[in-house]
Amino acid sequence: MADNVKVPIIKLAKRESMDPKLIWAIRVGSIIFAFIIGMIPLLMAGANPFTSYGIIISGSLSKKLYIQQTVKRAIPLLGCALAIAPCFKMKFWNIGAEGQITMGAIFASAIAIWSGTAIPRPILILLMLIAGVIGGAIWGFIPGFFKAKFNTNETLFTLMMNYIAIGIVRYLQGGPWEGRPGTQIIPMFAKNARLPNLFGIYIGWVIVLIMVVLVHIYMNFTKQGYEVAVIGDSLNTARYAGMNVGWIMMRTMLISGGIAGCVGWMLVSGANGTLNSDVAGGVGFTSITVAWLSQLNCFAMILIASILAIIGKGSGTLQTRLNVPSSVAEIISGVLLFCMLGCEFFINYRMSINFKQMGTNIKYFFSFQWIHKSAKKEAK
Amino acid sequence: MQNNCAIELKDIRKTFGSVVANDGVNLQINKGEILCLLGENGSGKTTLMNMLSGIYQPDSGVILKDGVPISIRSPKDSFAYGIGMIHQHYHLVDVFTAAQNIVLGLDEKLDLAKVNDKVKEICDKYGFDVDPKMKIYDMSVSQKQTIEIVKTLYRGAEILILDEPTAVLTPQETDKLFAVLRNMKDDGKAIILITHKLAEVLDVSDKVAILRKGKYIGTVNTKESTAQSLTDMMVGHAVTLNIDRPLCENKKERLRLENVTVFDNEGVKKLDGVSFDMKTGEILGVAGVAGSGQKELLEAITGLYPIKEGSIKFIDDAGTEKELVGKTPRQIREIGVGMGFVPEDRLGMGLVGSMGMTNNMMLRSWKKGKSIFVNRKSPEELAKNVWKELDVVTPSTAFPVRRMSGGNIQKVLVGREIAASPPVLLTAYAVRGLDINTSYAIYNLLTEQKMNGAAVMYVGEELDVLLELCDRILVLCGGKVSGVVDARRITKEEIGFMMTTVGGKNGR
Amino acid sequence: MKKLNSKVSYKKIILPIAIIVVCFILGLIFPSLVYLFAAAGAYGTALMLGTLGEIITEKSGNMNLGVEGIMYMGGIFGLIAPNMYEMSVGEGNASPFLAIVFAILSAFAIGAFAGLLFSFITVTLRANQNVTGLAMTTFGTGVAKFVGELRRHKVGGYVTVSNDLKAAFDNKFMPDFLKRIPVIGRVLFDQSIFFYLSILLAIAVFLFLTKTKKGLYLRAVGESPVTADAAGINITLYKYLATIIGGGVSAIGGMVYTMTTAGCVWIEASLAGTGWLAVALVIFCSWHPIQATWSSVLFGALMIMYLRIIVPFFPQELYKILPYVVTVIVLVITSTRNIKDKQPPASLGVNYFREDR
Repeated sequence: MADNVKVPIIKLAKRESMDPKLIWAIRVGSIIFAFIIGMIPLLMAGANPFTSYGIIISGSLSKKLYIQQTVKRAIPLLGCALAIAPCFKMKFWNIGAEGQITMGAIFASAIAIWSGTAIPRPILILLMLIAGVIGGAIWGFIPGFFKAKFNTNETLFTLMMNYIAIGIVRYLQGGPWEGRPGTQIIPMFAKNARLPNLFGIYIGWVIVLIMVVLVHIYMNFTKQGYEVAVIGDSLNTARYAGMNVGWIMMRTMLISGGIAGCVGWMLVSGANGTLNSDVAGGVGFTSITVAWLSQLNCFAMILIASILAIIGKGSGTLQTRLNVPSSVAEIISGVLLFCMLGCEFFINYRMSINFKQMGTNIKYFFSFQWIHKSAKKEAK
Repeated sequence: MQNNCAIELKDIRKTFGSVVANDGVNLQINKGEILCLLGENGSGKTTLMNMLSGIYQPDSGVILKDGVPISIRSPKDSFAYGIGMIHQHYHLVDVFTAAQNIVLGLDEKLDLAKVNDKVKEICDKYGFDVDPKMKIYDMSVSQKQTIEIVKTLYRGAEILILDEPTAVLTPQETDKLFAVLRNMKDDGKAIILITHKLAEVLDVSDKVAILRKGKYIGTVNTKESTAQSLTDMMVGHAVTLNIDRPLCENKKERLRLENVTVFDNEGVKKLDGVSFDMKTGEILGVAGVAGSGQKELLEAITGLYPIKEGSIKFIDDAGTEKELVGKTPRQIREIGVGMGFVPEDRLGMGLVGSMGMTNNMMLRSWKKGKSIFVNRKSPEELAKNVWKELDVVTPSTAFPVRRMSGGNIQKVLVGREIAASPPVLLTAYAVRGLDINTSYAIYNLLTEQKMNGAAVMYVGEELDVLLELCDRILVLCGGKVSGVVDARRITKEEIGFMMTTVGGKNGR
Repeated sequence: MKKLNSKVSYKKIILPIAIIVVCFILGLIFPSLVYLFAAAGAYGTALMLGTLGEIITEKSGNMNLGVEGIMYMGGIFGLIAPNMYEMSVGEGNASPFLAIVFAILSAFAIGAFAGLLFSFITVTLRANQNVTGLAMTTFGTGVAKFVGELRRHKVGGYVTVSNDLKAAFDNKFMPDFLKRIPVIGRVLFDQSIFFYLSILLAIAVFLFLTKTKKGLYLRAVGESPVTADAAGINITLYKYLATIIGGGVSAIGGMVYTMTTAGCVWIEASLAGTGWLAVALVIFCSWHPIQATWSSVLFGALMIMYLRIIVPFFPQELYKILPYVVTVIVLVITSTRNIKDKQPPASLGVNYFREDR
């Protein structure tokens, strides 16, 4: 009879508290684990994983030019992660940063294209910034409005808004804003619509670093940031505390869209010097990884955005040198996110494995008694 | 004698982390017998029964069925041993029909026509009234409970466990339920009833087993016991509640509700023409069967529930009347009406689970001041005060309240709401889940507020407490006001009657 | 009692018949509509499978937003399998039947793997479903692009199959006389085998969910895991299985896309957005597999409408965003309705922990 009393092999218990050092050890461990998993596609491509990781690092950091290009990649990632951080804190799954960037870029470009060289540089750039922020904010506000009013699924709504924004750029590219007919390309903006450089990189990097501090302050020390955090935890509590949930949702989406629009402005005015349909180029999605990996901590985002930019830039070098497809960067960033999501479990729960029972079970398995038992059952 | 024993628990112990939920529990129930499991909130009754229904496994101890030790590893095992449990929260799928719910988890082939027949057969045998084709979302609470019972009988349960089945029922429905239970008992079923209502225990049971703070105290025959002797065993010493109830002079009308009617999302009338007033220096108790509109009443007053018609007027010290209907909680605060509200759902409404005490204290004060930044200094002080004065067990003021125990969570919430000394203080089940000492601490805090001139509302479930704590009692029945009575003059029986019949004796 | 029943079914039958008649007449008047919907069948099939897979997944309460990534992976793996098979036996020797079976199996396997991964992270490790789904999208598109590129290096050029096999995949095998039926013939019978398989699958899923015990249990898990758990149903098992099978079915949708609409050639960008449309369609058809069939074809038509029905003076690029605009409108409309039987599974997107209750 005692045979039948099974004991669970793995027992789970909620941890009441945990040493912060251990928490970080687990998180770093999971990142290392992700990079180990990331070796699988590298091996599949016939490349030595260690050499490959070496190339990724040297290809993104070994020369001044490489560093500049890597930073250029990191700027929109970081900016966009900052944009979605308040939404994710509010558990509003805004995956439309891509479209909000694009819309900001369209608005900023409109100013650049219509004004020509008529307006002096600082004023023009400022006007473009304002236009970009408004463009992104509008694009963020629409899904926010419907979420607040009808509880419309924001994930899909924001996503569809991406395709619409990109479609509009495609139209502008091949239509009203087309340069030479048939090229489908919008000509480069005049010099006075372009952001200046600092240390060889357009000034956007200074702007995002300032934004890091601002968003950090906003999320942690302002009343609005507090409202966002309360809503993220419980809508009813927010109502109970006298918060206007609908308006706060819309406002947060305005701000989030605005920041994304600002990123769009930096991209057209700084990085690219013109507008094309690929202006966001997946930044809106990758930045979700950045925001989540950094646990919505603004300063951690600098690090994570840099890491992902390094992988992104380095994988390009990897492709030219070892013929490993550069999409390995997406795989690694997906795996990183999986590992980071999974590792929270080990932070929140204590797992105790009953090795004795596991041994018993294994012995039982190899004794093949269970075959007889199941046969008996069948016979019944 | 051995043959007659349905199930036996021996020396059961169960712990959750550092908390001992059950220790040294010995229980024996015979066929054709109703056993009441008596104990206060948090005495470990439900945990113990969850071990019989396979949701938890005991850390140590044995469960014997027909004298043989068994191991119940899952709800499925539990069915197999003929144990059926009716939980406090019904386990039913809303969009399914009764029949679909009844066959859920069974090994037999899915044949709903056959199921319907068998359900009818069971119903006829014990006297239930059930339509197997009805969807759960169209059913009343007592109908849902019936489905739960039929579900266990359908599975051939010999041992039925009911976890506080009467909490949501009217006395008429309770009587009906008890009649059915007696039928089942005569049929040879063993029934375990979890409750803390003594009258019911004495009414229906054959034996009573008592738990106190997780420990097994003993089993007695109902015939040989009285309410007093059971209470003594349950709480350890005789309870005369003796809540201090000073009389406050100089009462003034503070809040007046007139003809307030509300509907829920589905268009069901939840409050029907409710009119009453709240006075300063007075605790107004609210009595009623669970779900009689208490939640809606509190939320309507605080601006959280849409009001279809009626008016709620706040009268300030100068005698000016302010209309509250149609205002959001924020607008209510903006026109200078301070309200404290301890909602029933603590983590879902009153507190932010992922935040610490300090940030939770801020929930009331965050909007203060013109600055765009939050002021964390005074909430921090307040948190420390509450921490010290109410003996909240927590490592720090930043420790997420979600991870605290139920009683501590409640202390944080009540502490915050009282701290602001609001002119109107509304509390829903303020002592639910608290031990006796803490409960008394809370009663004293409420009385203190009353003496300071606040108008306090106390929605409670224990009539004894209502009768000794409150000055007046508002009785709700199905969303209607059944009457407002003087707590010093009314008897428990009278209130009980008013809870089920609008207007009480006069209403007949 | 009987009269009442017949009244209900009368309403239920008369409405679809009226719609069909109207559509038929419309088709007679505007032949281009018929061509549109006939052509929409191919893309609609891909969408339908993606949607069906996600319905199966969501019925268990798991909301896998990674359908985009899964369909991407299905798209490339479903192409590589016949490609490898053909290369190993030599061109011309490949059996079309086996090629199709391999394509289906390979796509299903990769989708099932993705479903397993999703379940492991959300059910076992209890992570947030939304973010896990997004990670799955990144991961899946990454894997698909990576594998596609690797294969391209290996074969040196486009990854594709021979013309014989291409024809086999896109074979409209129904007899001619059926195709010649006015209006209906083109739309219903001028379709590839996958169209019919998908419709059969939709019916099978519908019967499974409503008529079988396991289907009832699966719905119970998605509606109320607490109830299902108390009834002794293995929640973990059902969630895992539904997500794995759902992932596999969605991935087959990706395969169908590459092998029919895209002409058996791997073009990374062309699949973009299909998976997301499938997720939106699940809401549109209110988790009902039969409704998924026609709504997928409808959306398939919207996607290619710019090619078939030319609107003068309307820029094509703006025309192309029409399906997305329609999706947005549909999302808003569905969010305002309040019918009890058309709601999402009650526990959708929420992880279940037994000890939390």
